[in-house]
Amino acid sequence: MDTNKNGYTLIYATVMVIVVALMLAFVSGALKSTQDKNIRLDKKKQILSSLWINTDGQDADALYKKYIVKELVINFKAEVLSEKPGEAFDIDIKKELSKKPEDRRLPVYVANVDGKTKYIITLLGTGLWGPIWGYLALDADKNTIFGTYFSHASETPGLGANITEAPFQQQFVGKHILNDKNEFVSVAVLKAGQTTKTQEKVDAISGGTITSKGVEKMLLTCLGQYDLFFKQTTSGGTN
Amino acid sequence: MAKLFSEKTKQVFLGPLSKNNPIAVQVLGICSALAVTANLKPALVMGISVTVIVAFSNVIISLLRNTIPNRIRIIVQLVVVAALVTVVSEFLKAYAYDVSVKLSVYIGLIITNCILMGRLEAFAMANKPWESFVDGLGNGFGYAVILVVVGFFRELLGAGSLLGFRIIPQSFYDAGYMNNGLMMMPPMALIILACIIWWHRSKNKELQE
Repeated sequence: MDTNKNGYTLIYATVMVIVVALMLAFVSGALKSTQDKNIRLDKKKQILSSLWINTDGQDADALYKKYIVKELVINFKAEVLSEKPGEAFDIDIKKELSKKPEDRRLPVYVANVDGKTKYIITLLGTGLWGPIWGYLALDADKNTIFGTYFSHASETPGLGANITEAPFQQQFVGKHILNDKNEFVSVAVLKAGQTTKTQEKVDAISGGTITSKGVEKMLLTCLGQYDLFFKQTTSGGTN
Repeated sequence: MAKLFSEKTKQVFLGPLSKNNPIAVQVLGICSALAVTANLKPALVMGISVTVIVAFSNVIISLLRNTIPNRIRIIVQLVVVAALVTVVSEFLKAYAYDVSVKLSVYIGLIITNCILMGRLEAFAMANKPWESFVDGLGNGFGYAVILVVVGFFRELLGAGSLLGFRIIPQSFYDAGYMNNGLMMMPPMALIILACIIWWHRSKNKELQE
């Protein structure tokens, strides 16, 4: 058979594309539900990780039920829009960030760790190569950072990717996101040695400057949306 | 079995491990060797993934080799590789989610690895499926070995650990030892790679130009 004829080439290409497309569609369709389950489970693990709860080899679903007592949806005025379980969990933060600030539905996870209330805020930003995201847990005063979780899609291994490592994340513990005047200032991520008078700071990752700056910007933008929520007094709060 | 491991097949497998190494001799796949070797673990998994994908795409192309129209053969090869990479990555997402999260970017990078196209074009298009499979394994291992050696030195000297476990004891740091941050930079991978090639060629005089 002459494999160099135009007609043969055309038919070959068409058949190949159809076969491959069908195969990929089938694989993707068959695995979709397993993948979605994994993604939801992974999100729960990430949220728990911001509370320093180790989920390795444990039932993350059960731990999540145990520690997360309430899932709130609030708006920028800190009014609670919904308390229905699962509603805050299903919010796509990327979509919310593209809306106008007054239209955004913001998730807040309320956790109870050893009898103390913690608030968990969802973060999403940009690193050097792609998106970075994370969760930040605050103490009941809505000011002191209790724990963080950061992750990334494609930051450089050994450099920017180190935002996922404990030494970087532990620096945030105990830092305050509000200043003395109770104004929201976030936390700065600066080169070791640099200081700022207006904010508290953590050390950036050497060689990962753009990713570090991305974390700083992500904190400022995402936490900034909750400005009024932080200033709102709660029964457990001190202000 | 005797036929399966003939002298020729053995050569096909062993050649790429040393005298015809895809990285050290053919200088293919350098980009990924620089990108993923800052730590040992991604280097290791990248090596394994490339081995699996190059072996199976070699077999598929070898089975199809007599039907592929000459003018679109590169496209056909690319489609096979891309489809295989996508399937592997989908399966990882479903059954080994943690691993896939750590590797997603590297898995995608395999499509652009020159070794794959090189082997498909140079070997699978002209040889039987079994030889092609062995050739894929040989080249994958040859690639993995170099990656692991580079990753070993970069992680050990750059971070003082291997596979994430601390190797260099704290007492060294107390005595003034410091991790070499330069090791984490891509240029150091080139320098280590050059040292490997240097050593390799001093052992194999016939490779010297």
